[in-house]
Amino acid sequence: MDALIAPLLNGSAQGALLLLAALGLSLTFGQMGVINMAHGEFLMIGAFAAYLVQQVITASNLSIPVALPVAFVVAGLFGLVLEVTIIRRMYRRPLDTLLVTVGVGLILQQAALQIFPSQGVPVEKPRWLDGQLTVLGYNWPLRQLFTILLATACVAALSAWLKYTSFGRRIRATVHNRDLAETSGISTRTIDRLTFFVGSGLAGVAGVAASLIGGTNSQMGAQYIIPAFLVVAAGGIGQLKGTIVAAWAVGVALAFFAYWTTGSLAQVLAFILVIVFLQVRPQGLFTVRTRSLA
Amino acid sequence: MSNTSKRMRALTATGAIVTVALVLAGCGARAGDDAAAAGSSAAASCVDTSGDTVKLGFLNSLTGGMAISEKTVSNVLHMAADEINADGGILGKKIEYVQEDGATDWPTFAEKTEKLLTQDCVAAIFGGWTSSSRKAVKPVVEKLNGLFFYPVQYEGLESSPNIYYTGATTNQQIIPAMDFLAAKGVKTLFLAGSDYVFPRTANAIIKLYAAKLGIKIVGEEYVPLDKDDWTSQVAKIAAAKPDFIFNTINGSSNVGFIKAYYDAGLTPAKTPIISVSIAEEEAPAMGHEVTGNFASWNYFQSLETDTNPEFIKSWKAYPNSSGVTSDPMEAAYISMYLYKALVEAAGSFDVDAVNAAAKAKPITFDAPEGKVTLDGENHHISKPGHIGRINADNQFDIVWASDKFIEPDPYLEGYDWFPADIRKQLTDAAG
Repeated sequence: MDALIAPLLNGSAQGALLLLAALGLSLTFGQMGVINMAHGEFLMIGAFAAYLVQQVITASNLSIPVALPVAFVVAGLFGLVLEVTIIRRMYRRPLDTLLVTVGVGLILQQAALQIFPSQGVPVEKPRWLDGQLTVLGYNWPLRQLFTILLATACVAALSAWLKYTSFGRRIRATVHNRDLAETSGISTRTIDRLTFFVGSGLAGVAGVAASLIGGTNSQMGAQYIIPAFLVVAAGGIGQLKGTIVAAWAVGVALAFFAYWTTGSLAQVLAFILVIVFLQVRPQGLFTVRTRSLA
Repeated sequence: MSNTSKRMRALTATGAIVTVALVLAGCGARAGDDAAAAGSSAAASCVDTSGDTVKLGFLNSLTGGMAISEKTVSNVLHMAADEINADGGILGKKIEYVQEDGATDWPTFAEKTEKLLTQDCVAAIFGGWTSSSRKAVKPVVEKLNGLFFYPVQYEGLESSPNIYYTGATTNQQIIPAMDFLAAKGVKTLFLAGSDYVFPRTANAIIKLYAAKLGIKIVGEEYVPLDKDDWTSQVAKIAAAKPDFIFNTINGSSNVGFIKAYYDAGLTPAKTPIISVSIAEEEAPAMGHEVTGNFASWNYFQSLETDTNPEFIKSWKAYPNSSGVTSDPMEAAYISMYLYKALVEAAGSFDVDAVNAAAKAKPITFDAPEGKVTLDGENHHISKPGHIGRINADNQFDIVWASDKFIEPDPYLEGYDWFPADIRKQLTDAAG
């Protein structure tokens, strides 16, 4: 039983972290078409924000819940500044955006290296995440359950926001048809900024989750950026549900491959799977249905 | 409307290209690829020591992934050079250093080595961390007959007339750790490592020695160096219930491993870890979750030797200091003083004269880890073996020490359980 339960549960948690990292991208890349390579560094900013919050609120039971909204706002503000200063000049020039944001990412990494101890900083896990939950004989670390709950909460909040608020409706209108949205009086500039703020903020939340799983240091963002882009592409660009399914599938595939083979081979196999899938179905899992012929 | 799906497709394509390009960039840099190509014909040395200074090169990754470790080595090299200068220099000449950034890119290490030797005309180069960086530098220093001082424990099976190794080779770190485990009565061992040459070679040696010691290897897991999530592998370790875990993981991935270990409810009381890459620098990033586990090194900040208190004091006072001393940085500190001793014994900065002096009589240095002696043949140094246990301050309590300084044996020729064919196979595989 362990042979099925452990990889399934661990894979779901791995998928949840991937989803958290990809959620913001599904907005900025999926909805706005901006290839932001500094997204991983926004994640890093979120993790360092969690560390800084812990310097002020030393009880880790309290500091992590406080760190989540703080990381969201801090990473979001970094995103906003990036959008206002650089990215807005580059809409419809995806390759230029790509190159510029790679540079921004490197600058942020080096800044973190200069400011914080080079080996990274500790982010303490709340005491209430100590321990395991026994599921069919497997002792499942509670922290994994936390990652899944956090991802679920973020998805629910984001979907509700997109669906029920006027901002959400305006974002969707802008994505579906920017010109028409503008004609009907929507300020697409404001919408772009807000979307970028929320997308970057979500990276910050992912950073807090990542700080509880791996190291918090200047290099941490790099390991999430490629899988996150792959997940968004595999899910179908602009499709939240696609991102969710793809992240979960990649996470579970990674865990099963890791269980059957080795950790290194699992990375290769899981991403070969994604690439083959994209060959067969380049539009991803789900597509935006339009009446257009092209 | 028709633009929408076209744009989507373009985006998908762009995304795919970006992804492929980055993956290639990530793993494309192969050690020493253009090292040989970059070399000019073996020119006569352009080192000029006629003035009152001598130029030395420092080659460390100050940017990129390895900067988290190599920055400290660079800083301690500066400190050692400053100390020597304050003390009158080497052969009366002040050290003038040229700092280069290896940028965590192995071909860059090769290029910068050539630049330091042919354009800056340095008398010796200090630095490197990863084996890949050393293997990129090696063909260049050999071709141009330069000197390279390498300060990090590594997988052994190498010696070069142009390289001096001041970190441990396997018989000074891995083998003492195994002796410690055998003394503790460990029966089963799980091997966890990062996926590159050092852990693979170390584990090959561990498996051979474990067979000799009667320790059973109950599992072996590798995760790429740049991945932090160890949850799946730790689940396998928990299921295997080993007496001890031998950890050859390197870098930030260690933090993820320790967190996953702690999350799974594994404890040092039941399933302790012995590590070879967690030192005073790395432990603080793991907080209290690493407390109680073990590490095998030659130097610990907590060592009580005549020279260690002074070393710790100088480092703490040095600008940009990390505040704690550790094995690799101590080995870097040794490398600078070892070079000074070599040059003074040779009475010259000339590479051949230095190498001849190394062979002529034993060169020693009163290092913070104790009095080390250079082996003039294989260019490694003798070292004491120590096992430390991590305490609540993320410092190490010494729990075991080798009875004497261990002579370096990079090819493990003095160990009958290490067969010649495996030696050849591993040496060839390491390139």
